Formats: sequence, structure tokens, C-alpha cells
Amino acid sequence: MTPLSSITKASPHRSVDRWGLAVFLIAAIVCIPLGVVLSSLFTVHDEVWTHLVETTLSHVLINTFFLTLGVAIGTSLIGVGLAWLTAATDFPGRRFFDWALMLPMAIPSYVTAFVAIGLLDFTGSIQTMLRAAFGKHLPWFPEIRSTGGVILVMTLTLYPYVYLLARNAFLSQGRLALEAAQSLGHGRWSGFFRVALPMARPWIVGGVMLALMETLSDFGAVSIFNYDTFATAIYQAWFGFFSISAASQLASLLVLLVFVLLLIEQRVTARVRYTTDVRGADHGIRIKLGSVHQGLALSFASLVFSIAFLIPVLQLLIWSYAIVKEDLDLRYLGYLGHSLSLAAMAALLTVSAVLVLVYAKRLHNTAVLRWLVRFATLGYALPGSVLAVGVFIPLAWFDNQLITLFKSPVILKGTLLAMLLAYLVRFLTVAHNPAESAIKRISQHIDESARNLGCSGVDMLRRVHLPMMKGGVLTAFVLVFVDVMKEMPITLMTRPFGWDTLAIRIYEMTSEGEWERAALPAIAIVLAGLLPIFFLMRDPEKKF
Amino acid sequence: MIIELIHVSKYYPQSTSPAAFDISLKVKKGEILALLGPSGSGKTTVLRLIAGFESPDEGTILLKENEVSQPGVSLPPERRGVGMVFQDYALFPHLTVERNISFGLIHMSHDDRKKKVSDILALVGLSDYRNRYPHELSGGQQQRVALGRALAPDPAVILLDEPFSSLDPDMCVRMREDVSSILRETGSTAILVTHDHEEAFSMADKVALLNNGRLEQHGTPENIYHTPLTPFAADFVGKADFIPGVVQGDKLMTEIGCLENKTQFTEGDEVMVMIRPDDIDLRPEEEGEAIILDRQFRGSENHYRVRLSSGQIVHSSQHSVAVYPNGLKVDLQIQMTHIVAFDKKEMDAYLD
Repeated sequence: MTPLSSITKASPHRSVDRWGLAVFLIAAIVCIPLGVVLSSLFTVHDEVWTHLVETTLSHVLINTFFLTLGVAIGTSLIGVGLAWLTAATDFPGRRFFDWALMLPMAIPSYVTAFVAIGLLDFTGSIQTMLRAAFGKHLPWFPEIRSTGGVILVMTLTLYPYVYLLARNAFLSQGRLALEAAQSLGHGRWSGFFRVALPMARPWIVGGVMLALMETLSDFGAVSIFNYDTFATAIYQAWFGFFSISAASQLASLLVLLVFVLLLIEQRVTARVRYTTDVRGADHGIRIKLGSVHQGLALSFASLVFSIAFLIPVLQLLIWSYAIVKEDLDLRYLGYLGHSLSLAAMAALLTVSAVLVLVYAKRLHNTAVLRWLVRFATLGYALPGSVLAVGVFIPLAWFDNQLITLFKSPVILKGTLLAMLLAYLVRFLTVAHNPAESAIKRISQHIDESARNLGCSGVDMLRRVHLPMMKGGVLTAFVLVFVDVMKEMPITLMTRPFGWDTLAIRIYEMTSEGEWERAALPAIAIVLAGLLPIFFLMRDPEKKF
Repeated sequence: MIIELIHVSKYYPQSTSPAAFDISLKVKKGEILALLGPSGSGKTTVLRLIAGFESPDEGTILLKENEVSQPGVSLPPERRGVGMVFQDYALFPHLTVERNISFGLIHMSHDDRKKKVSDILALVGLSDYRNRYPHELSGGQQQRVALGRALAPDPAVILLDEPFSSLDPDMCVRMREDVSSILRETGSTAILVTHDHEEAFSMADKVALLNNGRLEQHGTPENIYHTPLTPFAADFVGKADFIPGVVQGDKLMTEIGCLENKTQFTEGDEVMVMIRPDDIDLRPEEEGEAIILDRQFRGSENHYRVRLSSGQIVHSSQHSVAVYPNGLKVDLQIQMTHIVAFDKKEMDAYLD
């Protein structure tokens, strides 16, 4: 045994420093882009910026306002309505819709967007068909390329956030409160509005806030609609006017907006406890609907499922079938290979970083470390377009230092590293949640046993924790993998030359209106997107 | 000495009273020590100090004559060579029985390790279960794996933290016997934390009785049961009644008779005399001044509650077949091997 005299007084703290340093580095990687973007709020406006303010800013603000308002209303109506029907009532097919209504999450909003335009545009198949039937001039047809159209598409892809959380709330509050209300003379409707809905409010608001954050960060769908929002304005400032400073000023405004939502979300969901007994609660007595109401419930659920999932997927299949022979060639191997390898690298990097975070916090649960972890997991609030700017600026600065100081030929911007860092920042939170809940399930006595038996540090992570949190780590990996495959703005703005992915192919084809050619890569992405939903269904208590 | 604690204290910032205060203890090789006390008495803190999960704020801990803990400096648990068995066993759920046991043997050669694991499996009687996973075992079997895993690296001392509290009572008695015999067979030095005095008495060579973070008494089980040094000790390790008495000459005068004054008290001192139920025999007597209030049948004995003429209530344990009706008048026969008395003021303070 080592005599105590060989241990210096400082040694118990040395290991804290090593893990603390790693966590600090990760937190810094997240905070630097954020800081860079926010700091541009205080820098002098240049000409491009003045031009932006005069021309597009008010336009962008108005668009953003109507879009978020519309999506908030749309997702809460559809999400809460469907959640109530599947959680508290019974109608034919209810078990199927329980999970099927989550499937639209697998379709990125830009895919739904181009399918909607391809179908409903003037030259789209539906109007063409109607014209063929009723003559050359239709008296009226809703214009899909409109604010309403964008809102509809975003609502259809984002309502599952609200649906999932509200459903969880309705299931966990059980029938008891509702029955108590009924025994006090409230009818079915007044029971819903006066008991169930207020009780579920924190979950619902949380879900809507998540949906709105996604709306603000969306790039693909709004650019297909040519609907100018911050995300597209940032891209235009950077790649259209070549003004990175204007881009970062727009980004800083967007960050402020997102932080307002984040603040509301955290305020509201601080009190939310996710139930672990969803399946048990499911055995409660459901409200018996009359046959007319059953029919209405079934129609509503089927309608949403059809237009949000079934029709888009069928349309993608039809388009793909039409062009698969002429379009599917070796280039696709490249797109797919790039998508898969980027997703795998990013997932590996992110999961490793997350393991450092959760394990360091477990070993040394100090206030400083907890704060660092909170900072490190802020990234999901940062829209991809903001991150692209936030990562580019410091790396460009770093490159300049390298060049002037060392005449170094190494350049970081526009490399895979820059791209992976941006993915890391964006998706760290996504991976953190499952990993954190997996490590929390391990009893502290397990650590103490291992240490008694002479095993500690990295060795203990490898031999004890990692095998025990296998499921959570795998979930984290899959979630990040799929999110990276779907990701568009970061990939578009930071990819190294020649690194075109499936998502980039979709962007390029849709910007030329080639819906059929965009369908083929879209199918691959939707298939990948189905994976985490099956994970989610296996563990209904887990958040995405 | 395998373990020596010298004036060890531990304070937690959120608590006003110390978790452990000025504790000095020694454990010899092959000895089993029970740390006995109610919850919050500091017994688990002492165990964690020895294991190295906590470091003392005052005092020194020696393990095999080497200093392992001083204020501010502490050898981490993974370098102490101390085995521990947890209340919830804390077995590694992803490893088989065999690999749980070999977990701490990573530095051994393959052949040595194989032999050691076989020996341990045989010792804890689980040779047929080597490829099972923990969740496929019963509570008692899991306990054995935990013990085997802790014993495998030949630790200087085995620490057992309330090891039987999650077993049902029958299993608990069996496991006490099994664990005792395994520890004796291997000549292990062990420290056992428990709140159950029967468990402490039946398993340990020495008992350290803790209360409010302080060491109340340290001695053999018999020693603590028969000659407790404080009212708390008297009360915690078994049923005891306290009867007022006065010292007169070389006698202790009490309601139940004259006792020989073998205590430190002198002429005129007011004391409380400790009487255990097995010190009192009952004999039915029509003229008797004591009355039986009620009886609890406990299988191997009958436990009576008796009221003396002053209203004082005492307890008496009688043979399994000695059955008397409630309300029966009896005479008390006192047969005390050890006479223990406490100062009346000290006793009143304790009872408050």
C-alpha cells in the first residue's frame, strides 16, 4: 500500500482539474460561437447592415411574427386535440394513432414543404388534374406559396412536439382528477377545459416553445417557400452580399428571440415531472364517445395523419419511382456516403463529449461543474444558421493568427473540423438527455463498489458505467445521427468543398423546382428519421 | 492492529452536530467489530471514513499501521485495499457472478485469477451459479456474491454496511450464520454496521456502541449487555427497567429488595438500578404486592409486564410454559449477576 506521505496535499484535487478542464473546454466550444454572435450586437453597423435594415429587416420581422404566431396556434390546436383524443378517449384505430401520429417527426419540414408545393402549386398535380376536369380556369384555389402555406407545413411537421408532451401530461394526470370533476357536476367538456387542460398547461407550453424554437431555426422549408425569415436572411447576407458581419448581426437578433422562448420554456417546464408510469396510467378508464363523435375523432386523426405523413410519403415514392432509373447513379453513393459518414462522425464526437460531461458531473458534483454543464447544453437553442456564423468567425480569426504568426499552411475554416464543431454545439443537448438519465439510474453504491475493488477514473467509466448505460448511449448516438442527416443550414454553410450530402442535394434540387429529383434523397432521410421514433416508442417516458 | 482510529471527527456543513466526534477505536487481525447504534448515530459515517469515501476533519486513521487519512489528505478508496459489502449489494448488473467476483482481480495473472475465482465461488457456495447474472439470483445469493466479490482481492478488512437489512427475517438469520462462518473461515477482519443489537451480539467479537456521533461504549457483547456504562447503552442493547434506589451502608435499597452495592456510589446517593427482564423471576403469591398486567407469548419465553405496589412497572421473562393469568398477585425474586446503577440526575436527563 502507498504510504500517505507519498500523496501530496494537492492530489485529491488534481483529478477534479482534469475532468473539470475537459468540461470547461466543451462549455467553451459551445459558448464561444454564442458569445461571438451576441457581441456583434454592439459592433458598428456597416453599409450592408444599413442596407439590410432599410430593405429586409422589417419584412423579416413581420414574417417571423406571423409565422411563429400561426405555428403556435396550429400546433397547440392539433397537438392538444389529438393528444386528448388518444390519451383520454377511445375510438376505432386509437391504438394505431397513438404512435402513428408521431411519425410526421420523421419528415424534415423542408421535405413536407417541397411536397406541398409540388402537389398544390399551379403546375402541381392537383391543380393540373382539376383543370383537366373542370376547364382551363379554376374559379379559386388556395395559394400554397403564402404565409398560410408556410404555417400549414410547419404546423404539420412540428405538432408532434406538442402532441407528445400533452399526451404524456394527460396520461400521467390519470382519470382521477377528471372523475372528481365529473362527480362535482362538470360535464365532459367542462371537465376537459377546467381540469385536464389547466393541469397539462406546463407540458403544452413546453411543447409549443420547442416547436417555435424549431420554427425560428428552420432554414430549408422557408427557403423553399421563398419566405424570408432570419435564417434565410443570414444566409443571404453571408453568401449573397458576402457580409459576415451583417450575417452575425442578424444572427444576434435571432438569438435574442430564441432566448426569450428558451426562458419561457425553462420557466414553465421547471415544474414538469415526466411520469415513468405511462403504461400503468394507460389502463385507466377512457371516456366513451358516442358513435358520431367516434367518427369525428377518427376522421380528425386520419386527416392529420394523411396530410402530415401518408400523402407526403406516397408522393415521394411516386416521384422517386418516376425518376429512379434516370437519376439514381454513382453520385448518390457519394451523397449517401457523405451523409452517413458525417452523421457517424458527428454522433461519435457528440456522444464522447456528452460522456465526459455526465461522467465528470457524477464524479465531482460541484456547483461550478453543474453550471458548466448547463452552459454546454445550451446549444440546442442556437439555430443552425446562427451556429454556422458563430463557428466561422472565431475559426477565421484563428486561421489569420496562424497565418500571420507561423505562416502556417493549415486552415481550419471550411474544413470538416469546423462543420463537426458546429454539429457538436447544436446537438450536444439532444445526446445529453438520454445519457444523463441513463447514468442517473446507476446507484452511487456501484461507483463505491468499483472504487473499493481498485477501479476508478476512465477505467471505471469503461468497465462499469459505459456497459450499464449502453441503451442510453445508443439512443443518444441514434438521435444525433439522424438529426445530422436531416440538418440543412450548418451543412450548407460550413461544408468543405465537394462534401455534398443528401440534404444538400435536396436543397439544390428544390431551389430549381425539381421536386421529383429531390424526392429520392428525401426518402433516404425519412427512412433514417423513422429510427428514433421507434426508439421513442420503446421508452415512452423519454423525451426526444 | 489492522485498523486504528485516533480521535477522529467528521462534520458536515449542513448539520450543526458532528456526524462523528472524537472517535478512537482499534480492530485486531481476525476480529469482527460491530458498529451499533440508532440511525443518525454516525455508524455509517465511521464506516465511510475507513473506506475512504469521506475524509476526517480531525484525527488520523491507520490501516495496517500506515496512515491513510488525515485532515485534508486521504488515500482514495481505490488504493486502500478495503472490501465493502453494501446494503443493496451494488452488484454489477452487466457482469456474471464469476466476472463480478473477478472484477477486483484485474492485476492477477489469468491462471491465478481463475483459481481465485473458483476458490471464492466454492467458499460462498455458488459454484453452480458462476454464469448467472445478478438479477437471476435470490437476495441471499446476491448477498453471497457481494461478499465473495469483496473478499476476492484479499482486503485488509471487510466493511459490511447493514448487510442484512434488505432480507426477510428468516433469510436474515440464515445469512448471519453463513456470513459469520465465511468470515471466520477466511480469518477476515471485518467491521459490520447495524442498528440491531441481536445482530451485533451474534456476529461480533467486539461492539462499538455509537450515539449522536459519539462512541458510547466499546467492548465485548456480554460486557455491553451486562455492564452498560450509560443509560443509553443500557436501554439500546435490550429491554431494561430502571428502579429508584438509595445507597445505605453496603446495600442498595430498592422497592424490590436490598441489593449488594457493587457500584461506585456511596452513602446516601440516589440512583437508578438497571434490571433486565431475565433478572426477575415471578412466583404466584396471594399476599404478593405485585400484579401481573399482561403477557406476551414469544415462543421460547413468556414476557410479563408487572406492576409493583408503587406503580412502577417492570418486565420479566419466564419459561415458555410458565403461563399466569392477568391480574394475578405475585412475588418477585431478583437474581442479578451484575448490578448496574446510574446517577438519578443522569438518568432523568437521559429520559428527557
